[in-house]
Amino acid sequence: MLGGVSPTVKFGVIRFPGSCDEVDAQLACERVGEAVILWHGDHDLQGVDAVVVPGGFSYGDYLRAGAIARFAPVMVEVTEFARAGGLVLGICNGFQVLCEAGLLPGALLPNTTLRFIFRQVSLEVATSGSPFTRACAPGDRLSIPVKHTTGRFYAPDQELARIEAQDQVLLRYAPGHNPNGSLADIAGVCNEARNVFGLMPHPEHAVDPLTGSVDGLAIFESIAAHVADSVPAGGVPG
Amino acid sequence: MATSTQRHRALGLTDAEYGLIVDLLGRDPGDTELAMLSLMWSEHCAYKHSKKLLRRLPTEGPAVLMGPGENAGVVDVGGGLGVAFKVESHNHPSAVEPFQGAATGVGGILRDVFAVGARPIAVLDSLRFGEISESERSRYLLEHAVGGIGHYGNSIGVPTVGGEIYFESSYEQNCLVNAMCLGLAPHERLIRAAAAGPGNVLVLLGALTGRDGIGGASVLASAELGEGDEAKRPSVQIGDPFAEKKLLECCLELLDSELLVSLQDLGAAGLTSSSAEMASKGGVGLDIDCSAVPLREAGLEPFEIMVSESQERMLCVVAPERVEEVIAVCERWETRATPIGAVNDSGRLRVLSDGDVVADLPVGVLVDDCPLYDLAPAPPQTRLYAPPPAALTGEESPGEILVALLGSANLASRRPVFEQYDPVVQSRTVRRPDDADAAVLALPTGEALAVAIDGNGRRVACDPRRGAAEVVYECAANLACVGATPLGLTNCLNFGNPEKPHVAWQLVEAVDGITEACRALDVPVVGGNVSLYNEAPSGPIFPTPVIGMVGRLADPARAGRLAFTQEGDAIALVGEFAPSAVGSELAKLRGEEIAGPLPLIDERAVQEAHETVRQLVGSGSVRSAHDIAEGGIAVALAECCVAGGLGATVALPEGLDPFAEAPGRAFIVSGSPEALAGLQVIGRVGGDELEVAGQLEVAVSELHEARERGLAKFL
Repeated sequence: MLGGVSPTVKFGVIRFPGSCDEVDAQLACERVGEAVILWHGDHDLQGVDAVVVPGGFSYGDYLRAGAIARFAPVMVEVTEFARAGGLVLGICNGFQVLCEAGLLPGALLPNTTLRFIFRQVSLEVATSGSPFTRACAPGDRLSIPVKHTTGRFYAPDQELARIEAQDQVLLRYAPGHNPNGSLADIAGVCNEARNVFGLMPHPEHAVDPLTGSVDGLAIFESIAAHVADSVPAGGVPG
Repeated sequence: MATSTQRHRALGLTDAEYGLIVDLLGRDPGDTELAMLSLMWSEHCAYKHSKKLLRRLPTEGPAVLMGPGENAGVVDVGGGLGVAFKVESHNHPSAVEPFQGAATGVGGILRDVFAVGARPIAVLDSLRFGEISESERSRYLLEHAVGGIGHYGNSIGVPTVGGEIYFESSYEQNCLVNAMCLGLAPHERLIRAAAAGPGNVLVLLGALTGRDGIGGASVLASAELGEGDEAKRPSVQIGDPFAEKKLLECCLELLDSELLVSLQDLGAAGLTSSSAEMASKGGVGLDIDCSAVPLREAGLEPFEIMVSESQERMLCVVAPERVEEVIAVCERWETRATPIGAVNDSGRLRVLSDGDVVADLPVGVLVDDCPLYDLAPAPPQTRLYAPPPAALTGEESPGEILVALLGSANLASRRPVFEQYDPVVQSRTVRRPDDADAAVLALPTGEALAVAIDGNGRRVACDPRRGAAEVVYECAANLACVGATPLGLTNCLNFGNPEKPHVAWQLVEAVDGITEACRALDVPVVGGNVSLYNEAPSGPIFPTPVIGMVGRLADPARAGRLAFTQEGDAIALVGEFAPSAVGSELAKLRGEEIAGPLPLIDERAVQEAHETVRQLVGSGSVRSAHDIAEGGIAVALAECCVAGGLGATVALPEGLDPFAEAPGRAFIVSGSPEALAGLQVIGRVGGDELEVAGQLEVAVSELHEARERGLAKFL
């Protein structure tokens, strides 16, 4: 890991009312750096180097998953941060929120089974050419759990072609592991600028050998390495 | 008094009970008062047919921090931490509307746990339905009850880590939905429900009060369901996990900030029961202004406000100078907080509406004076339960029997159900469903908790006393398999109509069986719940005591697993074991009578077997441990094989029937031949078949296939 060589990376994990995995995400981030919880109602990112929009059911998700959270006050700052090149990771509900906010392409639809599904799935790293997967090699298999009702990635043909052409798919479900009917087995995509990444699987639940696999650490290590390389100490890009 | 007679009978009070109320008050109760009294004196709130019996259960132990009577029991787990837990039924609401019934069952048990100041860290559930292969209604109930549990637990961020499901025709009209929750709290955050301090303010937290669930749980759970139950549908409450998530975080912040004197959840009988119980425990009086209660719709009568079972509400007592701070914390969590009354030293619960006193009752009359009834137990004179239809002819080979058992709805993989629940949120789940016989949760102290929930109605129906004791032993056996020592248990007693002598007999025998097993294992009962009147015109449900047990283990990294993992490992049988076919899953598939007696229980041998397995697992000497329960040793071996994708070759001890059952008494362990040298080695792990010498030889892939499809084909 990064041990002493690089400046400590500071993550901010957003807490919406109804977030469930924000503490899990904070614990995962703390394995590679510092992490603070950011309150949904504050217009303040507290100078963090990277933002995590965590899993859960923000605002109950009674309307459409992520549809209300994108209007939370803190999302103004998250959007500015992303446009300025800051790293933003959306996990599960966070992925849904970032799609709703227009920071990521595509949309998440209800699973083909129409049911919530928890499963430890195998993912394939599609590219290491991103700040989120640079610690991996293409073709690496990661064992990470999914847990969602609304995780079927969808994009219209043209948009899907563009996503594929620009190498924006970072993770795919390994053959036979697509749990939700996602197009092209897409488990996670980034934006064109490659600094915003959303995925349905939960890497924060794969960071401790006691409670599962440790394959999710690669995502957090990638972020920490990227920040350490690119950000002067204490600064936020832009 | 004709109208008065109709009034109290319609509310479920007997003439004698009403007469007693009049005597105690020295007058006829008013409408609001009678509504409140009828609920407080219902079976659900007053335990009038079970309270005397429950006094037999042992409730004390060195680890007990809070025993029965609080919102949840609490045991010490070291490091200044306590674990709160309780199991509760939501059977009757779930029979009427399974999704919301099960969802609000989870919501209610979560509130019980955070009411004592503990953060909920795990949910388990115990479900019973009619024969799924025959009953479309049971398939519907299963699908929607599971959906409701997942909806609530997943959305609120509490992992569902275990559970059990069985299908028997006796549950066709009365499904069982029992939910258990565990919570974790530092000792100093534990809080009791006693109102205290005259002058303090009563503050209602959470959701608006509406007409939903007027008399819901308490009415539904206090009588048999019959024809025309659709009329009871409006009595079922609707759950809002998002509201509860905010309420939960809000309450924990209020407790961490030491802003509350006491806290209580609003469950059955709503504001009436929560306020009366708080006043009773604190030996104080309360004035409640029901016109201050925020309503979801205008025009609720005072009695409706006082008995509404609207979900996601809590009641707390706050010192007057802290009320502003409480409201500020609640605003941050977008949770309503409304002062609705005050504590005084009158010993009376007074309800005011627009300045008028609409109820003025001694707290003791509400809480303590409901008559407790002695049961009139008598063993049944006739057969209570018809034998199940035979699915096997008796001509099958042992291999075919094993495949049939693994593919039966009762023994098949629960994956299609537990995949609908999040078992990992909160990052402490060390053993998930199917990893081991009990769930294991890491503690911040470096140690871990283990928890399991068990019940077996058919065996209790065969032999109530021994069957109920077996449930306790099986639960403890499950904990032993992960290396955990029991700390305490919670029980939910699901029975038929206790006013019928044969049901009373089942209840008394079962409670005595539980008591004997608790004493033998030295495990106290720290809380629980009773669900009676689970009875249809065709008869009562199988008597179904459900036990949830919590234990502690030193090293989570050594928590046991059930799968065979290593070619060449030895397999050993631990425990003295004289199982029989009575009450077994095979007996069911063969359509045999529901009749005892079950095999004897040698308490000392059971304790020794559990201790041996605990030591083997805790010391890291074995690679797997699994208790031998339903389906006998053949099914236990098959489960170990399927879980690890490895075969085994076994020779059973002389005369041991591979399918006979005696749950809670014996185990299968695997490990290196050297590690198992002192044990009764019966075989080896390896190959891709399960071979039981002279009995059967079946490919692990075939066992796997049967087990995977058995329940999945109905969902």
